[in-house]
Amino acid sequence: MSAAIELREIKKSFGNIPILRDINLSVAQGERHALIGPNGAGKSTTFNLISGYFAPTSGTVKLRGEVVSGLPPYQINRRGLSRSFQVTNVFANMSVWENLRCAVLWSTGQRYAFWKNIDNLPEVRERTAQILSDIHLVARRDVPAGLLTYAEQRALEIGITVAGGADVILLDEPTAGMSHAETERAVALIRRLTEGRTLLIVEHDMSVVFGLADRISVLVYGQIIASGTPQEIRGNPKVKEAYLGEEAA
Amino acid sequence: MSEIATRVAPPLPTATEKLKFYGMWVTAAVVLVLLPHVFGSGGSLTTFSLIGISIIFSLSYNILLGQTGLLSFGPAVYYGLGGFLVIHAINIIGANKLPIPLPVIPLIGGLTGLLFAALLGWVSTKRSGTAFAMISLGVAELIASSALILRTFFGGEAGVSANRTKLFKLFGFSFGPQIQIYYLVAAWTLIAVIAMYALTRTPLGRMCNAVRDNPERVQFVGYNPHVVRYLAFCFSGFFAGIAGALAAINFEIANSAYLGAAQSVTVLFATYIGGIGFFIGPIVGAIFVTFVSLGLSDLTQVWQLYFGLIFIAVVLFAPGGITGLLMMHRPLLRAGTLPQVLPSYLEALMPTLAMLAGLVLALETIVHYTVNPGDDSHIKAFGISFDAASPYIWAMSAVLLVGGFLVARKSWVRVGEAWDKAGAVPREEDVTA
Repeated sequence: MSAAIELREIKKSFGNIPILRDINLSVAQGERHALIGPNGAGKSTTFNLISGYFAPTSGTVKLRGEVVSGLPPYQINRRGLSRSFQVTNVFANMSVWENLRCAVLWSTGQRYAFWKNIDNLPEVRERTAQILSDIHLVARRDVPAGLLTYAEQRALEIGITVAGGADVILLDEPTAGMSHAETERAVALIRRLTEGRTLLIVEHDMSVVFGLADRISVLVYGQIIASGTPQEIRGNPKVKEAYLGEEAA
Repeated sequence: MSEIATRVAPPLPTATEKLKFYGMWVTAAVVLVLLPHVFGSGGSLTTFSLIGISIIFSLSYNILLGQTGLLSFGPAVYYGLGGFLVIHAINIIGANKLPIPLPVIPLIGGLTGLLFAALLGWVSTKRSGTAFAMISLGVAELIASSALILRTFFGGEAGVSANRTKLFKLFGFSFGPQIQIYYLVAAWTLIAVIAMYALTRTPLGRMCNAVRDNPERVQFVGYNPHVVRYLAFCFSGFFAGIAGALAAINFEIANSAYLGAAQSVTVLFATYIGGIGFFIGPIVGAIFVTFVSLGLSDLTQVWQLYFGLIFIAVVLFAPGGITGLLMMHRPLLRAGTLPQVLPSYLEALMPTLAMLAGLVLALETIVHYTVNPGDDSHIKAFGISFDAASPYIWAMSAVLLVGGFLVARKSWVRVGEAWDKAGAVPREEDVTA
């Protein structure tokens, strides 16, 4: 079985500045994989490369064995990969319901249809309702997304990401800026919504990382310095030195 | 429908709501049929026809501006080309005695608009924002200037004319009299409005809104924002072409003015002044701007100046347009606090009007001295005669303008306070709801 996500010899430079030096990463299907590392290590750039936001300078990205590097984001999304953003990235003037419905449309085969009444699509309605209830925003259904609280917007962000039913999910710091209680709720939500799917998550909160991930990769200065189970990572001296050690000190 | 959708999804319209909805369209149709019986003069029929054309054109423009977030400076290209093609089509059909009646001719204009939008739109819709606006402006200037160069097709300065009565007569309608043209325009307006409303309720229509709000995120839910923008552009071109066709049928002529920047700006004004945030906004704007431009041109020589001032005022103080201003009051109406703000409006009305009167006097005086300094200084604007050379008038204008502004400014603050008080109630209710 091919890996859900496979990065091979990925290099990415902006101008003359190398951001990613040589990334090799493999995420198995159904695995919850965390990508950690200090600020500026290239975690978000890695996400942008996998999701098609940028093309790599060299190297290949494979999604379930198929090369996707160089494809535009919507093509990669249609192949079953969906991502969230570090900075909330929703449709601010549209209601929560409309936000989620837009995220459901392509995967239910509506494409660019201009001959169908949007309120007359039972499957779209059904799936939108399901996601709305999953992210606990039923009471805020008709509120414009821009008027939600921060934690609600983050929940909507995750909702939009999973709504299309993609089986590979990339979450970029989903709990950043949340209170302790909000983080706990967000983690429970992530756990439930990514059940049976592949998850790659960037996260700074170590309790979230070690509680959620099956495997962890550590990215430092554009290179993966270690990959393994939470126990292996905890015991890895290189990681301690580069990253966890600083945190603990 | 499953349990979760019934419990969580917005309720589907009930039978009464559906009836109300269809009733609204039927009412609109009845009003359009009865209108000539109430205002039957030739002048009002022409005005109504122009309003109908403007409604279609403004709504087509709002597919871009309000729905998809694309600021185009060249909608007149598709309007004008639709008009020119239709004039040529009428001439060809008339000369060859083809069995095509006039009522279907606007479709030719629509298809022309669609064809050119499809040809010219692919590149310009690659980007939104400034790049799109600049390309639309460039294309508009290109087409408008070629209208004066390619004389065989566009007819140069004089344009091309046609005789609409020479066509195949369906049920004996000659479409000579204005009343028949009115009904033709009214029918097409109703069809186009319904079609454009329906478009907003489709998957494509909703993705247009999503592209307007956040084109970046759209790419990560499987849609190509370029394709969404392109399709919106094509639809807009189609309906603009229908509007241009109706204008050409109405005037029996198409000339380079159809394609020009003034035409594009007029539709931008109508759409924006009406309000781009609501479907009905451009309709309100088209009615308002048509009336105002016809009315103002009788009242003052520099009506375009006032028109521009109205536009600036809307952009600065009411970015939601007329419809936005009206819709703001809906929550107050629901909460029953509307009567609390009305007195403050009345209070603000007098000083504001005084200020505007001072402004008009000053402007008309300046116009007299700059535009026609040699003429008699006893001028007439807005139906009022005054002596532009009189120092008393200058003093009055200054007093009204400055005094009016000072008092009005205070009264506007009072309006704001009344609003805060009246608005507090619905907001509290919203929180508890």
